[in-house]
Amino acid sequence: MDVFLQQLINGLTLGSIYGLIAIGYTMVFGIIGMVNFAHGDVFMVSSFIALIVFLILTAWLGISSVAFALLIVLVVAMALTALWGWAIERVAYRPLRGSFRLAPLISAIGVSIFLSNFVQVTQGARNKSTPPMLEGGVVLMQSESYTVFLSYKQVLIMAVTAVLLTGFWYLVQRTPFGRAQRACEQDRKMAALLGIDVDRTISLTFVLGAALAAVAGVLYLLYYGVVSFSDGFVPGVKAFTAAVLGGIGSLPGAVLGGLIIGLIEVFWSAYFSIEYKDVAAFSILAIVLIFMPSGILGRAEVEKV
Amino acid sequence: MADARTPGLPDILRDAGLYALVAFGLCIPIIAYRTDAGPTGLELTPRWKLVAAFCAAIFALRVVQRLILARRDARRALTPSPAQATEAVQGEPDAGQRVSKLGLYAFLGVALTLPVIATTASGGLGPARYWIDLGILILTYVMLGWGLNIVVGLAGLLDLGYVAFYAVGAYCYALLSTTFGLSFWICLPLAGLFAAAWGMVLGFPVLRLRGDYLAIVTLAFGEIIRLVLINWTDLTGGAAGISSIPRATFFGIPFTADETGFAARFGLEFDSMHRVVFLYYLILGLALLTNLATLRLRRMPIGRAWEALREDEIACRSLGIDTTTTKLTAFALGAAFAGFAGSFFSVRQGFISPESFTFLESAIILAIVVLGGMGSQVGVAIAAVAMVGGPELLRNLGFLSAVFGEGFDPNEYRLLLFGLAMVAMMVWRPRGLISVRVPSVSLGERRAISGAHVSEGHG
Repeated sequence: MDVFLQQLINGLTLGSIYGLIAIGYTMVFGIIGMVNFAHGDVFMVSSFIALIVFLILTAWLGISSVAFALLIVLVVAMALTALWGWAIERVAYRPLRGSFRLAPLISAIGVSIFLSNFVQVTQGARNKSTPPMLEGGVVLMQSESYTVFLSYKQVLIMAVTAVLLTGFWYLVQRTPFGRAQRACEQDRKMAALLGIDVDRTISLTFVLGAALAAVAGVLYLLYYGVVSFSDGFVPGVKAFTAAVLGGIGSLPGAVLGGLIIGLIEVFWSAYFSIEYKDVAAFSILAIVLIFMPSGILGRAEVEKV
Repeated sequence: MADARTPGLPDILRDAGLYALVAFGLCIPIIAYRTDAGPTGLELTPRWKLVAAFCAAIFALRVVQRLILARRDARRALTPSPAQATEAVQGEPDAGQRVSKLGLYAFLGVALTLPVIATTASGGLGPARYWIDLGILILTYVMLGWGLNIVVGLAGLLDLGYVAFYAVGAYCYALLSTTFGLSFWICLPLAGLFAAAWGMVLGFPVLRLRGDYLAIVTLAFGEIIRLVLINWTDLTGGAAGISSIPRATFFGIPFTADETGFAARFGLEFDSMHRVVFLYYLILGLALLTNLATLRLRRMPIGRAWEALREDEIACRSLGIDTTTTKLTAFALGAAFAGFAGSFFSVRQGFISPESFTFLESAIILAIVVLGGMGSQVGVAIAAVAMVGGPELLRNLGFLSAVFGEGFDPNEYRLLLFGLAMVAMMVWRPRGLISVRVPSVSLGERRAISGAHVSEGHG
């Protein structure tokens, strides 16, 4: 029971991070129907931005308040990563709109390769580890053999995720931008006819997706304290799995999928084998796509002839 | 757009300034500060000069681009061309492009005589090694590209896990030869068979999937196979891989210096290069075999069924074509050629590890197929030369280190440029280098058509 509880906490923490990345996949797929392959690498870039900004703040400017530093890191990382998201869409995807179906996918793979190697070239291939940013926590349950520990990091990750998702949900459901975004998702041509600036909406979708990936990047760095240039691919695929599992195109689905994937990964590592945890994630991806391609909360696609 | 309004210089400068500003935003803090491990944790090294240089370069490039564009637009506005009658479809090249027969034969001629050319040019077999090795590398990718072309180009099934079958072939030869001592010539067909079987096994579950989903599932399968290869240490040696794989023999005669060796039997002086030249012709033969098989299959009912499937799956089914068999044969045949190539890879290297079979390899092979123009055999060969040979050129550009200072290693930038090239080619030539297709079957005269008229498949 105590092991179970501890794994549940760990799984939800990891799942929050996957959920945040998954939203980027699901929104982009919803609006232009492409798998934004580079999204995982955008997440990795944001982790690096967070790392460097954190180092500047603490080592050079001597800011001692961790909460204040983390807030600045979060804001800066979100802004700069959003710029990356915007630039990528502008350079690599927008010229391909209306081109043949494979083109955006190949272009996205190219961006993904570019980003990871860009970071490798500019920052070096080694793992970068930070000093622990936030320590301590509360003991939830204590038995003679096992202690269930909820660290402040985990509380912070879940809290930030919850707050941001609420804000994001409000943005999509209640604001003019959200309405435009949902309209474009349903029918781009019709939305354009009704006076919605489709290009701008798509751009903003990428910007928002990248900003949420940046939040995930900051939280990832906070949680693990280490990042390397190749860290984008596997979390990216897992987040995509989460998006598909939840039903691609559905925002609550992405979060739900993220939590499920996080829990499965953690429990699999705890009870079965840690070596095969990525195999488990990839297998779930394949199984979900084959047997229930519309996911848990998605709508089934109807093929028109 | 041939707009009447030509932008003035202030416009251009402001626009370029905006570009530089965005570039600046992208540079900080990734380029501006380098993190290095120091004695007390990570340390930052500022590199603002690099950022300034980078932004200036972007600014200059944009100004030049705008000036060129402005001149082109002005010229176009003066002489309206018939192409302007309708709005230009973005990125679709015209159908007038042809590969001349002469070029084709020249290409083949160079491929057949490369060892001779390289030896004469560099004065001896030894110094020619670099070029022959490069030729082997390129031909391996040509073969993989042609194999994948069956799946992607002909049947229209997007496969992102193709490298898995390459791995199956490679491990098949490595394991069979190190465990049972089987020779390469027995293992080669076996590797093809195994890979084809895996193609069927992995193809079966994905029959219903289409488009991006198919791509992602095949990617997942490719990764699963790689992860199993890493973790199943008892069988595959794990991440350390398998070493001391037996070398290739000349149909049973080893390339050794003693009197049973190749050199002694044929009365030649021993040279370790004999093996390399033999490997070159081996992979050339295998690649040409792949090409021949593809060209012949295209004419056969199964090949026509592939292409029909690519054009319209529903129409295909209505006409009574068994889409299950059609898809599975495409997967299996594509996989079989990857299996041959894999088994060749392992006999050439003598050492294999899961490192060689990452997703990046799949992406490179797919990029070769798409850059070549899906379905075009010549295009794939040219693309393989460009994609594999091009980065090799970077290695030899010594003058670059004179420009960028000591310690500049062009090879580091190989993949960076590769990624950029993938994006650039999608933006400029999404239909590939060779955008002309000759339909396999046609009513009346056989004519080349634009690649834009060929569907890219649903699956």
